[in-house]
Amino acid sequence: MVSSTFVDAFRFMPDHASLLLQKTGETAELAFAALAIALLIALPLGLWLGHRHRGLLLALSVSSLGRSLPSVALIGLGIGILGVGFWNNTVALVVLAIPPILTNAYFAVEGVDRDAVEAARGMGLTEMQILARVELPLGLPLLLAGLRIAAVFVIATATIAGIFGGGGLGDIMARQVTYGLGGVFAAALWVAALALLAAAAIGLVQRAASRRMAPRT
Amino acid sequence: MTGWRVAGGGGPVIPNYGKPSACIKHNGWFCTDWLTKHWGDTLQPALVQHIQLTLIAVGIGFAISFALALVGFRWRLFDGPFGGFTDLLYAIPSLALFQLLVPLTGLTVTTVEIALVSYTLFILYRTMIAGLRSVPAEVLESARGMGLTRLQTFFRVELPLAAPAILAGVRIATVATISIATVAAFLIQDGLGAPIFDAIETPDLFKTELLAAGGLAILLALTADVLLAFAQRRLTPWTRLR
Repeated sequence: MVSSTFVDAFRFMPDHASLLLQKTGETAELAFAALAIALLIALPLGLWLGHRHRGLLLALSVSSLGRSLPSVALIGLGIGILGVGFWNNTVALVVLAIPPILTNAYFAVEGVDRDAVEAARGMGLTEMQILARVELPLGLPLLLAGLRIAAVFVIATATIAGIFGGGGLGDIMARQVTYGLGGVFAAALWVAALALLAAAAIGLVQRAASRRMAPRT
Repeated sequence: MTGWRVAGGGGPVIPNYGKPSACIKHNGWFCTDWLTKHWGDTLQPALVQHIQLTLIAVGIGFAISFALALVGFRWRLFDGPFGGFTDLLYAIPSLALFQLLVPLTGLTVTTVEIALVSYTLFILYRTMIAGLRSVPAEVLESARGMGLTRLQTFFRVELPLAAPAILAGVRIATVATISIATVAAFLIQDGLGAPIFDAIETPDLFKTELLAAGGLAILLALTADVLLAFAQRRLTPWTRLR
């Protein structure tokens, strides 16, 4: 029974290639929009608080809060406020993506060697320059780690949106009647692949960033 | 075989309004009359079921992870496969995993629990191994110097020193399980996901039930997070000395 599901899933892929591609596009679009908005909100805030060495409690409680929010409850409440559709799902995913980005941005900058920052200040760099030229490059690996967590989380959670007519690969997963268990499994494999791909891509950038920052002695 | 939600109906779609008040007729966000009337037959049972689902999943998940971690820690050979296995389970979206298990275990709580347990393994196994590995070599060296056997070293040195990391893992796993357990209502009428799904499936979307059940789910997760953070500090007071 299990093996036949497996076979069905791999049969489903070539048979419904265009459907899978279209749904993957929808999921990717949703995830990308959510991550972009979350970055716009969380990154400046996290960087600035980290730079000022302020708001430790905020950074910690936001990360704990973000872990706590059940996605079904969040998307459900969003439907009640915004109605079914792209924006409701995007807002819910933005809320889920902000915590890891904000917390990691905060600790990335906060943890930068204070002597390096003082040296930069002594050289006459403005606060903005210190943030952009010293703290941001040094904290980049940790910051990207946060983005990676957020990306995987958002792609996985975006499937839940499918239950409530949000489109994307979750749409296939929520309609076993139409697509069969093989289709559900096929969509699940694509979601997992998409998440792994996003993680690997950000991981590559992360590795490049930390190699660049390695001490050259 | 199709599930309760998968079949697209058949469940209690329209909540029993009884004699609808003006608030319910207007589909308000906070109809106190509905809340007092249905706390006992809808919300409270769902909350209790949700707590049960979570406790059983984390309990079993902890036992399995601990056994795996003992083996993976003692024989590094197993660490890779175990880590990879739990990674793989975690990568399957919950919505799909619940359905994939139905042919094997049916539309039952067992199906839900198997899926929930498999998600806790990733978090718990990783934090246990990381915690056990984080014990400094000097500490182990001095334990050996004091004449402790391998087993004594494990129970008196490595395990207590790994405790904060393990408890942090339990905290994350518990909160994550509370979140994923809301998806279980896609299969069976169980947990706080059920009233959320019911409310959304009501023709014009019943807002009071949605807010109450969704709010309870969020509140439960926050409460668990705070309680476990507190327990973490009480059980490992030495971590505060740093």
